[in-house]
Amino acid sequence: MKKSKFSLLASIELTGAYILAALWVLPLLYAFWAAFHSSSDAIHFDIFSPLTLDNFREVWNQAPFLQYGINTFLIVSFILPLQLVISTLAAYAFARYEFTGSNIAFTLVLVQLMITPEILIVQNYGTLASMDLVDTITGVGLPYVASAFCIFLLRQTFKSIPKELEDAAKLEGCGPLGILWKVYVPLAVPTYLAFALVSVSHHWNNFLWPLIITNTVESRPLTVGLGIFGAPESGVDWSIVSAATLLSIFPLLIAFLLFQKQFVQSFMQAGIK
Amino acid sequence: MKISTKQNLTGWLLFTPAAILLIAFTHYPTIATFFNSLYSNESVIRPSRFTGLESYQNMINDPVFWKVFNNNIWFAIGTIPTSIGLAIIMALIVNKAIPGRGLLRLCYFIPTMLPMIAVANIWLFFYSPDIGLLDKVLGMFGVESQNWLGDPDTALPSIIVMTVWKEAGFFMIFYLAGLQTISPELHEAAKLEGSSRWNYFWRIQFPLLLPTTLFVLINAFLNSFKLVDHLFILTKGGPDNATNLILYYIYENAFSFFDISYASALTVFMLALLAITALVQFFIVDKRTHYR
Amino acid sequence: MKWTIKNKLLTTISAVSFSMMSTLAIAETELTMYYPVAVGGALTKTVDKMVGGFMEANPDIKVNAIYAGNYNDARVKALAAMKSGDPAQLSVMFSIDLFELLELDAVVPFDDVVKTDADKTWLKSFYPSLMENGVTGGKTYGIPFQRSTIVMYYNKDMFRAAGLDPEKPPATWQELIDMSKKLTKSDGSQWGLMIPSTGYPYWMFSALAMQNDQVLMKGDGKETYFNDPKVVEALTFWKELGSKHGVMPKGTIEWGTLRQNFLEGRTAMMWHSTGNLTTVKKNAKFDFGVAMLPAGKRRGTPTGGGNFYIFKSASAEEQAASLKFIKHMTSPEQSAAWSVATGYMGISQNSYDTDTLKDYVKTFPPAAVARDQLEFATAEFSTFQAGRIRKGLDDAIQAALIGTKSPEDALTEAQNAADRVLKAYR
Repeated sequence: MKKSKFSLLASIELTGAYILAALWVLPLLYAFWAAFHSSSDAIHFDIFSPLTLDNFREVWNQAPFLQYGINTFLIVSFILPLQLVISTLAAYAFARYEFTGSNIAFTLVLVQLMITPEILIVQNYGTLASMDLVDTITGVGLPYVASAFCIFLLRQTFKSIPKELEDAAKLEGCGPLGILWKVYVPLAVPTYLAFALVSVSHHWNNFLWPLIITNTVESRPLTVGLGIFGAPESGVDWSIVSAATLLSIFPLLIAFLLFQKQFVQSFMQAGIK
Repeated sequence: MKISTKQNLTGWLLFTPAAILLIAFTHYPTIATFFNSLYSNESVIRPSRFTGLESYQNMINDPVFWKVFNNNIWFAIGTIPTSIGLAIIMALIVNKAIPGRGLLRLCYFIPTMLPMIAVANIWLFFYSPDIGLLDKVLGMFGVESQNWLGDPDTALPSIIVMTVWKEAGFFMIFYLAGLQTISPELHEAAKLEGSSRWNYFWRIQFPLLLPTTLFVLINAFLNSFKLVDHLFILTKGGPDNATNLILYYIYENAFSFFDISYASALTVFMLALLAITALVQFFIVDKRTHYR
Repeated sequence: MKWTIKNKLLTTISAVSFSMMSTLAIAETELTMYYPVAVGGALTKTVDKMVGGFMEANPDIKVNAIYAGNYNDARVKALAAMKSGDPAQLSVMFSIDLFELLELDAVVPFDDVVKTDADKTWLKSFYPSLMENGVTGGKTYGIPFQRSTIVMYYNKDMFRAAGLDPEKPPATWQELIDMSKKLTKSDGSQWGLMIPSTGYPYWMFSALAMQNDQVLMKGDGKETYFNDPKVVEALTFWKELGSKHGVMPKGTIEWGTLRQNFLEGRTAMMWHSTGNLTTVKKNAKFDFGVAMLPAGKRRGTPTGGGNFYIFKSASAEEQAASLKFIKHMTSPEQSAAWSVATGYMGISQNSYDTDTLKDYVKTFPPAAVARDQLEFATAEFSTFQAGRIRKGLDDAIQAALIGTKSPEDALTEAQNAADRVLKAYR
């Protein structure tokens, strides 16, 4: 009978989907479990072996993860607001002003979508060294402040806002910045939110550039701290590395779990545009 | 219509802050890198001198370079179609009103929220011979333990698997967005006509998803160049460069060997690769895309 | 005096400048130092304690000890700091970074910094083999701090189970092969021996080459001997442990997980840094021993670890302060305490003469193995452009072990590449 054939197929598919999800989340769950058990228990899969917080204590003692966390937070807080401001100005220019050479300029902006700062590590390091910004929060964030992606998104958003809305502001005697602030920015809030979440996740997890530009705990973020933590001469201790890993991903993960819907929507929005 | 000076000025002023930063960190370094590749390295003993294309000559003669280039190609071939395919499947699954779909979506997407370096730490343990999780599980089925990361035959594939795990969920989101823009009426119509799901997918959904696919392809392609974080933890490019990738090789040359000239030449090569493939993709896929 | 604005201002200014001047009068010398932690454990805490002790005794010197990661990170960071105009005054870096530092004209010889006779005696008080990597052209640029040799850890319980005498670990290559065979189980659950070949394969390899009576490079850092027949023999021996005798897994063996493999009973013996000693001691659930590496034609091991260097960019004052600090960190008592906490060796005969180490060695004899092996030790692999040449050697070793190239071909390729680079220095 057609109906039962369909529901059999449907349940097979459903099971398959669940198995895939389980496989997908397994590595993380495993690390989570290993972090709370001693190393040899972790290796032997002693499921009922005692829980312990020793690993976290060790990690906390061995490396300044609190400082790393603060640094990451500072880096992200430095980058995001500046990105929004600078991109808003630029996007507004591209959306509403036809200035000479704007097409070429926009194309050159789009180049950054492909040639991101990580690719030019050698030269960018040199530039920041000559500005004496090595090993500073500013140094970590500066190359990313101008974001072609943000400019692109905002330009799309601004373009879709009807020009007539400007009239009310113009009557009040607002100049270009006034119009921008009163009319365009409020209507673009969803885009700002979407981009903010994408940007925060990206920069929270960034590794290669911060690795090169930071030297000490002063500016080192969580990712770099985790990277150099797991690489000592005498070898790794799984539970300790798992604990360190959890400590590094914990803030973003919690934020994500709480605001899941928003995160997913943001990425989707960004993609549509 | 002539553009008023005021318009011009305002436009440029608004754009200036972004322009300065973009030029400083994207356009200028690109050009500077090219020039750097034409000069030898500077050291206290021997000052820098113009060497022209010598760095590129060295590059062509460098067996490690060819190995690395080869690896990037295989890495791209291994990760791009697989992660895109999986992403589509995941998106199709999560798009349906099935029980627990929020949870499923969460599970598929979570690897994306983790930094690559954390992913590498976790998978390093998985791949450990004998004591690692993978060998233990396979051991239960009687499969011999393997040195996944230490054997050149399995090292790169192992890294590919891990990368797909991380990337698929990310692309799933874009496909999900794309699927949701497809009018449900199309689905109704297809069902009425008795079209199989397979047909419906290939003839209707996939073509409509081509813009998404283009976007995802470009992203995946870019990532296959940029994703080298895991090498720092897993293999450092070994064994014998079996998992070395271009960006990691650039890092080694610039920051371990302090060979700026060669690192610059390698960067120029990578930029050229990026530019060429982006153009190719754009023109080919663009022709076949239906925009609404 | 009328309390006018002008008077108030003048008073404030003079008050401020007076306090500023008094601060300047007791100005302290501030030193920044990078150091690596290359073995696990809360070593940053130990370093902080030692540094704190020094600052207490010397209130006019402030030392910022910055943890930089592993040896490579520490070197990269120190050099980057130098290039960016905010240099450190001294650092602990790989003993083998010497030639690179010389090429960058970055460090000063200690001979130029020591002034008093007492200091000169101190300069000569360290074990000679530990000084090899830090001395060139008759001058001393590096002072030992966290030094090690390779030692052979072995599981005494497994020896007993296999009918071997747990107090008689293998002393020659042949004994190594024979005993390992007895210690290897055919189902792959237990191997006789593991020598790691990722991470620092060249380090392990220099031991094997030395045991076959050949060093890998010339003392002036300008020549390598990779494809000398004795060196090729050593690499063949390493490879055949796995491919022919079956006592070691074939292919590469991961440095990072080796210690855990040993602790989990996956291998009866392992070659590893003596810096692991304290951690192994803490975590081993079985009776274990430590032995010198077995002899091929003779015994041999490279030394390893980090030295103190003083940077040229430091002022004369800062250099003198650095010297004072280094003398403290390498004093017999500090060296003894450091050795007990980490498993790194005491760096001078004096340190082993302290009560701390005398007692430690009595209750825990393995702690003396590295020291006793110094008699047979050689400098760690070091040349100009060391980073690149080392990678060439590492790649060759791995290629031979995984079988993509024969030992001879792999080493010849590495030798040719090294020659190309070093030609410019000869």
